Formats: sequence, structure tokens, C-alpha cells
Amino acid sequence: MQNLDSKIPAGPLAEKWSKHKAAIRVVSPANKRKLEVIVVGTGLGGASAAASLAELGYNVKAFCYQDSPRRAHSIAAQGGINAAKNYQNDNDSVYRLFYDTIKGGDYRAREANVYRLAEVSPNIIDQCVAQGVPFAREYGGLLDNRSFGGVLVSRTFYARGQTGQQLLLGAYQALNRQIAKGNVKMYTRHEMLDVVLIGGKARGIIARDLITGEIKRFGAHAVVVATGGYGNVFFLSTNAMGSNGSAAWQCYRKGAMFANPCFVQIHPTCIPVHGDQQSKLTLMSESLRNDGRVWVPKKKEDAQKLREGKIGPNDIAEEDRDFYLERRYPSYGNLVPRDVASRAAKERCDAGYGVNSEGKAVYLDFKYAIERLGRNVIEERYGNLFQMYEKITDQDPYKVPMQIYPAIHYSMGGTWVDYNLMTTVQGLYSIGEANFSDHGANRLGASALMQGLADGYFILPYTIGDYLAGEIMTPKTDINAPEFVEAEKKVTERIEKLFHIKGTKTVDYYHKKLGNIMWDFVGMSRNEEGLKKAIVMIRELREEFWKDVKVPGELNNLNPELEKAGRLADFFDIGELMALDALDRNESCGGHFREESVTEDGEALRNDEKYTYVSVWEHQGEGKEPVLHKEPLIFENIKLSQRSYK
Amino acid sequence: MSKFLYASIGRKFLMSVTGIFLLLFILVHLTINLLLIFDDSGALYNEGAHFMVTNPAIKIMEPILALGFLVHIIWSLLISWENYKARPVKYKKQDLSVASSWASRNMLILGALVFVFLVIHLANFWWKIKVSGHDLLNQGLEPGADMHNTYLLVSTLFKTSWFYSLLYILGGVLLGLHVTHGFWSAFQTIGFSNKVWLNRLQTVAKVYAVVVALGFAIIPLYFMIKF
Amino acid sequence: MADKILKKLYIEVWRQNNAKAKGKFETYTIENISTGTSFLEMLDILNNDLIEKGVDPIAFDHDCREGICGTCSLYINGRPHGPDSAVTTCQLHMRKFKDGDTITIEPWRAKAFPVIKDLVVNRSAFEQILQAGGFVSVNTGGVPDGNAILISHEDAEESMDAASCIGCGACVAACKNSSAMLFVSAKVSHLAKLPQGKVEAKARARNMVAKMDELGFGGCTNTQACEAECPKSISISNIARLNREYLSARFSE
Repeated sequence: MQNLDSKIPAGPLAEKWSKHKAAIRVVSPANKRKLEVIVVGTGLGGASAAASLAELGYNVKAFCYQDSPRRAHSIAAQGGINAAKNYQNDNDSVYRLFYDTIKGGDYRAREANVYRLAEVSPNIIDQCVAQGVPFAREYGGLLDNRSFGGVLVSRTFYARGQTGQQLLLGAYQALNRQIAKGNVKMYTRHEMLDVVLIGGKARGIIARDLITGEIKRFGAHAVVVATGGYGNVFFLSTNAMGSNGSAAWQCYRKGAMFANPCFVQIHPTCIPVHGDQQSKLTLMSESLRNDGRVWVPKKKEDAQKLREGKIGPNDIAEEDRDFYLERRYPSYGNLVPRDVASRAAKERCDAGYGVNSEGKAVYLDFKYAIERLGRNVIEERYGNLFQMYEKITDQDPYKVPMQIYPAIHYSMGGTWVDYNLMTTVQGLYSIGEANFSDHGANRLGASALMQGLADGYFILPYTIGDYLAGEIMTPKTDINAPEFVEAEKKVTERIEKLFHIKGTKTVDYYHKKLGNIMWDFVGMSRNEEGLKKAIVMIRELREEFWKDVKVPGELNNLNPELEKAGRLADFFDIGELMALDALDRNESCGGHFREESVTEDGEALRNDEKYTYVSVWEHQGEGKEPVLHKEPLIFENIKLSQRSYK
Repeated sequence: MSKFLYASIGRKFLMSVTGIFLLLFILVHLTINLLLIFDDSGALYNEGAHFMVTNPAIKIMEPILALGFLVHIIWSLLISWENYKARPVKYKKQDLSVASSWASRNMLILGALVFVFLVIHLANFWWKIKVSGHDLLNQGLEPGADMHNTYLLVSTLFKTSWFYSLLYILGGVLLGLHVTHGFWSAFQTIGFSNKVWLNRLQTVAKVYAVVVALGFAIIPLYFMIKF
Repeated sequence: MADKILKKLYIEVWRQNNAKAKGKFETYTIENISTGTSFLEMLDILNNDLIEKGVDPIAFDHDCREGICGTCSLYINGRPHGPDSAVTTCQLHMRKFKDGDTITIEPWRAKAFPVIKDLVVNRSAFEQILQAGGFVSVNTGGVPDGNAILISHEDAEESMDAASCIGCGACVAACKNSSAMLFVSAKVSHLAKLPQGKVEAKARARNMVAKMDELGFGGCTNTQACEAECPKSISISNIARLNREYLSARFSE
């Protein structure tokens, strides 16, 4: 078994990061020029890391499957980014952001990592402002803030409903500057298909040029994986169509252990599914819950009439509306964390109060905010979101309440990393959504952007130096080494195998089936029987896939179906591991809800005695059961308590 | 500087500066021309024409004006050729009417038609006045007057030829269309525009275009109807 | 507003196997499409049919499918991103079409955007333009407090208007000259409106325009088609600002 040392520095929480920085090694400028780093993925984490490392003097090779780094799915984050600036004088602090994040994550994240995240958060805002990110400003010229789910202060910085876009463009600008200087070599439309280890250390990757189909080798002294989450295992999610878990999964196969795979976030405010031809779910920013009120009818017969289209939402009298979040959680109301809001919506819909034709939607109503603030204010705050909603649904949310329903959004689980963000493979790092470290069992709104940029700008550039300082004598990696040849051969074989099955069913056919299994049994609510059933079903489906999938086109050409097939092949494995992990964790915490573990009034019930650990899964080879290791979570600064938003 | 004049914005800058210069010239030209219809004896117009021929400032401006035309025309061809090359494979189906005005997309054609008109116009009057001379120019004047009877030359053409009268009306309209876009576009290109001024400039452009088109068209119309 | 079913549609689409191959139009029929389906979902369904029939599916660019990543393109019935205003193709829905319609789909056409396959084009020219100067030259770390730089609400909003560009290339596709001026001006304006970006504003405008010219985009003739077809409705007032910045940069050399 490998060493699961989290390398958390000793000492008081608030001093850990500064002490650690003082203790780790630094590479001299002359030596940095000799060292190469590969960064896979160019979202907030990848782009900020690649740019920062190049600024320091390392030679960086950056990869993305999209045609431009700017298209990474970080671009789609809407609401904002948290930072403990206390600009609003509402008693915010690093400690409060740390506390909110730990509590929001239902006490399943590491104290030290989360504290560090909160500690560097103010620097992120400064950095982004300096890059020219046009954050919203007050009339006096100061930065504006809004509040977000799960917290009682206003610490979220935003750029309309396009914060992720603006932050990514900031990082992308920094990256472009380094590309122009020749410090970063950018490979777009390249997909990483394997990580190459030499002597137990990550030394490069195998990637496919998506235009020519060529399989290429790339060497380096360290590899950083910043490839985001695996939410698309559910087929329908808010992730981009191309978002995938394959890069992280290749690392897992090569020995990088995988942590908390069952922790995925279900976002409460998405546009509901319609029909069976849908390919993708669209998120409506959580910031909408600041001003929108969530409700369903009080009377079942009203819900029935709504479903049949006999009446509209505006026909329902005020006293017949059930503002169930405000009713159940008076102190947080519509701003409860995502997992709580999602489950409450599902509970109402399962009880027969759903309002669309499929009975799977609740209302998010802006009537009250428009009455209070005026249409202009609402338009300035959410104009582009409202426009998007109207384009998709053909309904005007200024007049008719939005319909929303939960959807898969984010994966808190990911590659296990230590305090230095290094995986269990030497020289292989994982940052941003791809790792598991900061969000526990549930991520708070506006924290993903914070984590991606914290890792890329302010953490990895320090910690990777500690490792690379030991590599200054290592010559440039030889991509003709037998390990590279072997890895390339395996990758080629796998692609050819997939391509030559020439079965009868399309990739999407299998992906939809897998998605259904995942949503039904490993989705918002899970139980032992269902999970066991899911594992069997996934295995059967995977077997069928490898026998009967049909991949058209050519191997040596742009071939989106071939790309999808490779990603789906990994999703089967990821889905299976998620189910195994969910089965092991017989408690309800954050986004993971086990029907066996609930309080008397149906709220999630954590079991701290048995499950205060990180589940860390180790690959044992194809077709073998993975082994579960447990990294105990030690809380020295926070007292564990049952989360309450009442 | 030569690099600047071939850079995309530099080329356009030249179009814009010559365009604004030509817009000013057109206004002066129209003002003088309108004298044709305010005094049927022709004395007023002849005075004006005489002033334009003899004034030293105008004499200096004449070659500059010619240069302005020349640069405007040559650069328009250059720009159009560069722009044409930027899309080697054309679209099969294009629906441009939603997004842009007809005049803005057809400035080259409008410009070329105005140019054809200009050549005919120069042959009708400028050539006769400046180079070849014409009998009408020396008729009906006070004995010893040191000027041409330009009024007679112009009014005779419009009184006697429906073809030329209509051609001149058409010329005015074409010029008007050309400047509906050209006017505000010239200011946009030199950077004198923003969200507020764009609308203002476009309104002024429309007014200017109507004044120019009507102003030039009214002259042949006047002679056709009255005489 | 209930969804209807479009019984039959004719999809005329540009097929080209790779950058060097000669392309041609093919027409396919597709049946029973709900008006609530998005345009790209319609293409998914068509591709599924094609795969089942043994025909190579149509390659087209797409990713986020929520109108923000800028990956999707498509020149549909003579208009970039199709017959709707202020949307990307992924936000276009089939309710904009009628039963029995023929829908013509072409790739972006521009010398600077060569076709890779079918409807997928290479937009790396945009990358190169941004690399020529579309940034603020600050390294990570050592920057002042975010509130140390005061920016008026109006300037921040105007900067944001320009910064909302998604780099899809519809402006180039819509322009009769294949000009990239709206794209370039959006980046120049986004940064020029902020004090952080003003420092390098002149060099930025000069270098980005030089790169744009070098890559074979046409020039701007102010037809306003770019603004009308831009999925983010970016104003041509940004082009005026770019002209201003560029000219002042050139005249102050």
C-alpha cells in the first residue's frame, strides 16, 4: 500500500501555510529555465497555473481538448467568487470563510486546506482586478458584493452573471502573454490519454491530436492535471458536452488514488428536463436565489391543474403558495446550501407538488423582488440570465415565475492530493475541481472559482517548487524511453479496439443508459439495495458497450464520436467506483444522501463516529476490486455539529 | 507612414479623411448650384461661377480636390480587393438584409455609379468651360463682361434634354445613398463616435443625404417643369 | 407556447472530409422534431440517424451548450447562429423553423478561418491576435488591493459590455469583408476602459491590429452586420474606440 501522508504542517491553523512556505524548497531562476512542466486543462486552475509557472521561469506545455483555452467550462460559472475581504463591514474574516466552507462541506474536508483557501482568497481578487477583470463596482468606485447560499455575509465578488467567464478570460490573458513570450507552448485540440511514469515519477503524457488523430508523446519534469470534474457520468448535467473524467482516471490507473468519488453536487436551480431529446441541462445561477422566492402550490389539486396546463402560476393565490424553503429553514430561507435546497425540491416533487408536465419542477419567483426593487434593478442584476431562460423555454421570467429543478453540477470528489496538491504519484499534481481537497461533501456557491484560482495562482506555484528543487539534476525527459513507447502502444491499442468493435449502438445510446442508472441509483438519494443493483447494471452495460458500440468515421481524422467513446469507456469505471464509494459511506452528508441515515423529520443525518474520513480508493488492475484506504479527518479548530440552517 | 496607409485602419482613415473633404466640397458645390434656381436671369449664378473660377483659394483647392477624388477612388478599389480576398469561398445562402443596410454593403457600386455620373458631368460642363470652350458660354452676356455665361450652358442642357435632366436627378439620388452610409461611417472610422454620437451622426447623415439628393435633383426638375 | 412537432425538415449541409478535401453540399431529411428541441440537439438526432445508416456523422463545434463558451458556430440559412437575435447556435431552438423548411448550414467562411472538417473551422487566428497584446502585463503576486484602484460604475459596466465577447467568430462570419474588427475592438475596449489596461493601451491597439491584418481578415466598412449578429450584442462603438486608440497610437509614434 502506498503512503497516504497528507503532509499537513504542524502548528496553529492560522500559521500552517506561512510556516510551510518558509520550510519548503525553492528553485533558483537559472534552474527553473531547465525544468519543464506539463499542465493539462486550461480552465481557471490550469490556465492560472500554466501562466504563473511560466512567469516564474519554468517551461510549460499546456493542453486542452477545446479549440482555445478560453472555452474551458470554468467559463460558464455565473454567480461569483468568494473572498474574505470584509469590504462590506459585515464581520467577515478568513476564519468565517473557513468555518462556512467546512460547515457547508458537512465536515468532510481537511481543516488545513480549507483554511489556506480562505487565507489566499483576498489575493485572488487583487490579482484579478490587476489583470483587468471588470468586477461590478459601486457608484463610488469600490468593488461590489452579493450574498450567496449557505452564508450570512456578503463576500461574493461578481461580474454580472458571467463571473466565471471574466475570471477565465483574466487567466487566459495571462496565459496568452506567456504563450507570446514563448514560455508556454500551447496545444489546443489535444486530449491527454495517459500519464507516463518513469521510475515511479510522472514524466510526461500521451495525447491525441484531435484533428489528425496522431498519438503524440510529451515529456516533462512534472505533470499537473487540471481537467475538472466527472459530472458527465450522469449524461445529463450542467457540465460542457466535452467535460470528462478521463485524464483523472488515467492517473488513477497509474496509481494516483481517487478520493470521495460519491461526492457530487446537485445544483438546485437548473432548467427542468423536457422530453427525451435533451443533451444538456442549463444552470440558472444560484445568485438568483438572492432575489427569487422558491415555491410550489399548497394544494395538490392546484399542482395537478398546473401539470395539465389548465392554470398558470399567477392564478394561484398568495395564501395557496408554499414557500417551502422559508417554511422549513426560517433563518436561511431561500439561501440554504445547494444540497439542502435540491433535496427539498425533490421532496416536494416526489410528494406530488411538482409544477411542470412531468411533475419535476418548482417555481423560482421574481414577482416579489420586482415589486420591492423595480424591474430595472432585477434587469441589471440578472438580465442576461433572464434572457437565456427565455430563449430556452420561450417564457418571460419577468412575468411568469421560472421553473427550476436540481441537476448534476460539480464533483467534490476527485484525485487525492496532499497539502502540496501532489497525488500519490510523485511529480503528479491535481488542482481545481479535479482534486478532492477543499469542498468536503458539498461545495458552497462561488467557491469553485475561488479554489481553482487559489490552486493555480497561489498554491501550486509554491508547492511544486519543493518537488522540482529535487529534480534540477534530472535531464530533459527522453520521450523515446520504453515507458513512453509502452504507454503509446496501450493507448493506440485501446483506441483501435474501440474503433473496430463496429457494433450496432451509438456512443450516446450507452451514455444515456449509464446516465439513467446513475441518476436513479447513485443520484440525489441512495440506498444499499439500489447501489448494489447499480454496480451490477453498470458492469453489464460496460460489457455490452465493449462488444456492441459503433464508432463511425476515421481514426486519423477529426472524429468526435471516437473522442466520446473513449470518455464514456472511462465513465463506466468512474460510475462503478462512485457506487462502491456510496455503498461504503452509510451516512448522509452534503451531496451524499443515504436513505438509511436520516433524522426523524427527514433531514440528512451524518455519522461522525464512523465516517469522519476521506475515502481513498486504490486501483488494483483491470477487473479487480479497488482497495479502500481511509484518511482520518482531524478537527482541531472546529467542533463538529449537525448542520442546521433552520 | 507608408505602412500606416496600407494597414487596414490606415487605409480606412484615408478613405474617411478624403470622404469628409468631399462631403464639404459637395455642400459648397450645392450652394453655388442652387443659385441657378433663385435668379432666372442667370446673373447671380454667373457671378458665383465666376467667383469660383477666379478666386485664388479655390484655384489652389482645385487640384487638391482632384487628388481627394483620386485617392478616394483608388483606395476604395484597394480596400474592396483586400476585402474580397478575405473570403475565398463564398456562402451559398446569405441573408444580409436583417443585419445591415443595402447602401452600407454596396458602397463600391454606389461609388462607381457616382463616378460614371461624375465623368459625364465633367464632360458636360467642366470640360467645356475649362478646355474646349462652347458657343453658349459667350452668348447673352453684357458686352465687355469678363466672364462665361455658365448659366446659359447649364440651363440649356436641362431645358433641352430630358435624358440629361433625369440623369442628373439620378446622380443626386445615388450620391445621397452613398453618403447616407459614408457620412457617419467617416466619423466612425476616425474614432469620432460612441454609443450616443453614433445615433446622432446617423441622423445627421440622413438629413445631409436628403438635402444633397433633393438639392441636386431639384435643379433639373426646376428647369424641366418651369420651362 | 406548448411545443409542437415539425414533421419533416430538409437539412442541407456542407460536407468536407478535411482541410484539403473538396467539399460539397448534401441534403438529409429528418422527421418529428419538437419545437422545444435546441438546434444542436436536432443535429445530434440527425447524426444518430446517420451513424445508424452507416454515414459519417456531421462534425460541428460545440461544448458548453449554454451560450457562453463560444465554441459553437454554424452559418444557418444565411445568418451566423441562425434566425434569432442575440443567441449562439446552441441557444437557438427549433421553434424558429417551420414544418417542411429546408435549412442550409454552412461553416464560417473566411480566409483566416479555414475549414477543418465539415462545419468545424480553425479559429486560432483569434488566439494569435490576443497573444499579440490582449492582456495586462502583470505577473501573479505583488499587485495592489482590489479597492486601491477606483473604477466608476459606468466604466466598469462599459468595460464589461465589451468583455462579454465569447470569441465565437460570428462577427467575422457576418461581415461581408470577413473583418475581425468587432472582436479586436471588444478586447481593446474592455482593457482601455479600465485604469489597469490604459497603461499599455497604445501598444495593444497597434500590435493587435497589425496581427489582425497579417492574418488575412478584411477591413471594416462599418456595415454594422457584426453588431446585429453578435450573440452578445457587442456595440460597434467599440470599433470607434479601437480606431481612436489605434490612430492616436500611430500619430504619437
